[in-house]
Amino acid sequence: MDETFTALPLQALADAALSRASELGCSHADVRVRRERQLSRSFRDRDLESSSDVASLGLSVRVVHDGVWGFAAGITLTTDEAVRLAERAVATAKVSRPLTPHRVELADEPVHVGEWVSVYDINPFEVADAERNGRLLELIGRLLDAPGVSHTSAGLEVTQENSFFANLAGTRTTQQRVRQLPRFTAISVSEAGFATMSTVAPPVGRGWEYLSGDGWDFDAEIAGLPSLLAEHVAAPSVDAGHYDLVIDPTNLWLTIHESIGHATELDRALGYETAYAGTSFATVDQLGTLQYGSPVMNVTGDRVAEHGLATIGWDDEGVAAQQFDIIADGVLVGYQLDRQMAALRGLPRSNGCAFADSAGHIPMQRMPNVSLQPAADGPSTEELISRVERGIYVVGDKSWSIDMQRYNFQFTGQRFFRIENGRLAGQLKDVAYQATTTDFWRSMEAVGGPDTYLLGGALNCGKGQPGQVAPVSHGCPSALFRGVNILNTAAEGGQA
Amino acid sequence: MSNRSRAAELVEQALAVAGGPTIAYADETAQANLRWAGNALTTNGEMTSTSLTVVATAAVPGGTGVGTVSQEVADPAQVTDLVRAAEALARSAPPSTDAAELVESWGDAESFAEEPVGTSIDVLAQVARDLGTSFGEMAARGQRLYGFAEHICTTSYLGSSTGLRLRGVQPTGRLELNAKSDDGSRSAWVGAASRDFTDVDVIAMAAELDTRLGWAERRIELPPGRYETILPPGPTADLMIYAYWTASARDAEEGQNAYAAPGGATLIGSRMSELPLRLHSDPTYPGLECTPFVDFVGGPDGTSFTFDLGLPIQPVDWMSDGIWQELIRNRAWAAKTERAATPPVDNLILDGGGSATLEEMIASTERGLLLTCLWYIREVDPERLLLTGLTRDGVYLVEDGQVTGAVNNFRFNESPLELLGRITEVGRTEKVLCREWNDYFNRTAMPAIRVPDFNMSTVSQAS
Repeated sequence: MDETFTALPLQALADAALSRASELGCSHADVRVRRERQLSRSFRDRDLESSSDVASLGLSVRVVHDGVWGFAAGITLTTDEAVRLAERAVATAKVSRPLTPHRVELADEPVHVGEWVSVYDINPFEVADAERNGRLLELIGRLLDAPGVSHTSAGLEVTQENSFFANLAGTRTTQQRVRQLPRFTAISVSEAGFATMSTVAPPVGRGWEYLSGDGWDFDAEIAGLPSLLAEHVAAPSVDAGHYDLVIDPTNLWLTIHESIGHATELDRALGYETAYAGTSFATVDQLGTLQYGSPVMNVTGDRVAEHGLATIGWDDEGVAAQQFDIIADGVLVGYQLDRQMAALRGLPRSNGCAFADSAGHIPMQRMPNVSLQPAADGPSTEELISRVERGIYVVGDKSWSIDMQRYNFQFTGQRFFRIENGRLAGQLKDVAYQATTTDFWRSMEAVGGPDTYLLGGALNCGKGQPGQVAPVSHGCPSALFRGVNILNTAAEGGQA
Repeated sequence: MSNRSRAAELVEQALAVAGGPTIAYADETAQANLRWAGNALTTNGEMTSTSLTVVATAAVPGGTGVGTVSQEVADPAQVTDLVRAAEALARSAPPSTDAAELVESWGDAESFAEEPVGTSIDVLAQVARDLGTSFGEMAARGQRLYGFAEHICTTSYLGSSTGLRLRGVQPTGRLELNAKSDDGSRSAWVGAASRDFTDVDVIAMAAELDTRLGWAERRIELPPGRYETILPPGPTADLMIYAYWTASARDAEEGQNAYAAPGGATLIGSRMSELPLRLHSDPTYPGLECTPFVDFVGGPDGTSFTFDLGLPIQPVDWMSDGIWQELIRNRAWAAKTERAATPPVDNLILDGGGSATLEEMIASTERGLLLTCLWYIREVDPERLLLTGLTRDGVYLVEDGQVTGAVNNFRFNESPLELLGRITEVGRTEKVLCREWNDYFNRTAMPAIRVPDFNMSTVSQAS
């Protein structure tokens, strides 16, 4: 645990704010102190295009006063400011009283006191900048020196997050986690236009060791990227139509994120995101009956997976991290919850999915790690491909879009390989797959075994107003889908 | 240290301890918001922050290194460490290809230390009262209101070791109001951008939503295909903003974006439309005023403006008379390519000389679609700037000059650059809040446009 964080007057701030909130008659109050360090390096070819270190540190007070939410945040860590924020939070609740016909209720949670630190070996912030840049430039140089690579774009994003939480019930938690995303793209520019090929290494909750082979082999992936780019440039354009797809976890994680992760947020299903992120087709009246996908589909939510980006000890409402079922044997069986959502559903306890991306933002129901489970003795990716007569093997994520009820989606990828008679037969380009969520997941014939399982994810999941970003992981195996609609993107748009 | 000049003093303090050419800028930000769903408040808040960014430069082998460090600063004692961290980063950096001399002093340095402009939840008090009234009225009609109101005031203080001292005030407000029928089958949306909320009429906006929900009482199912489509100013803004964000001169000249042309050329000088379309930005545009100097290190297109901090922002015609004119360019790339620097401006205006109102464009439509919003817009093919996305909260069928019902939603695939050449009618330009990008881009004025063959690629079941 970073001692520069624990040295802050955390308990005194909490005591001051909570005491004042209690004096003002709040039925609930919580205090969060949150510090985030972010490091970003961006390279254009071998040039360092941008280099920034950003730190935020703040204090917030959230209350329920007269049955109404109130929230206030600031950056001055003094007990006087903590008291003032408690008063401003109550003032905000009073302004909001005409808009609150139903009193806010929260599901119960036991009191927790403790510390939690995510699993990593080398804190990326303890690595010298010269070493960090040196490793990135080493990999960039290999790409730029390869035939057919005209330019590169590369970067690294690193975050260390520290948080302290306290509430009127007596919970006191202190936590720390790190995460990082290295990214490398090879670019081809020719008379025919330009094309790109990017690494598919996911963002992870790991330390600097990730760049030296722990969890991913960057040297091997970089070595293979130029030939993949060259093959992509020369690839034929796909014929639009329906194809069987074998989707690699490096692509499927994003489809899970958009079509399952967001669709099973209870706040969306209840309409809280209606005007912005949207609602969900997976409405609460269908819980236990909606045939979301095929019987091989089993999806869990968790905040406990090692190296997961949403993994934590306790959430931003003081609820302990858990694992729970969302889809079992293809049927919708659970939602992601925060304490208010759990109470609204009459459930005894939240499953720990509250998160705020800074002290300046209010905690809301955010996605845990949402993962598709592999079959215990399931096939390898090669075995899945061998079952396809005419199809496409999809690797790596690129473009994504889905509607506001999570029905209609369209995804592209880094590389699309034609499958002919059970074998890969070169790349295709101009490919996008498009489907309706339940049609797609019901067409999933098989999931791969544990050896095909990979934890993908994103650092930038957006939701809420004011907008908040959250890191989240999605584990999944390779999987086989039958008869999915493929668009030729070159034929889309333009003049009729 | 008084609160009045706190951020300005942080800048002065940083520059005083800096050992080399340095830029420092501080943002004092105050914000307040309300959010509601299903005729009830969901969240609210009032937040303040002060951030200080130090950009240090240092001579390194082969050129100039740069280091940028930002932090929320509550205690002036943090400033020296911040400067030293930026300097260490600069010394360890490879030479920057964006390096340029720091911007020399200009502007009204006298106002530099003036107090920041704040805001509080009180600015939304009338909105809250009107919403409370509307909640009751909507509920009585079997309708529900959802939405968000936010007011942010950022006062920026920027100084550099060249003597430059600049202060900018940027108020930004937005209100989004979405109404749905109780069963969720009908949905409508209106939005407003405002500097202070004195010009926002929630009651009138709710009435407009009621009209649109009325239009949707007749439901019409249409298949995917190409339709004559009227895009109101909001969807037009969302598409033009994306085109603007990707208009990097360097990417174009290196053949890496949709503005590239064969042989290292660009679309500058190319006719994009036979109509006299003008796409431009102007920091003094009435009602869309924005900070008139560079106070960001990264442009929306990815171009670095670190060395250009404090550079005056001038009006730019990106396209005029239907011909593409300019791309986003920092000073270093401008010097290399012998062009003028064109930093991005935080507003965007499209004008085609049209005078028709949206109602008049509807009245002159024999058969076509009228959109409300575009949503979840993402880039499918950067080479053409092919975008995908969805219609949202009201697609209406217009027949013989009248709205005759609401149509299912669609997924579209279109390139805004290719679309420019297919516009057949442009309405009058008006201030508008776009839907998709309004978190990031609040200041636009756009016309409604008519496209004879908008590509509705697939049907979305969403309502």
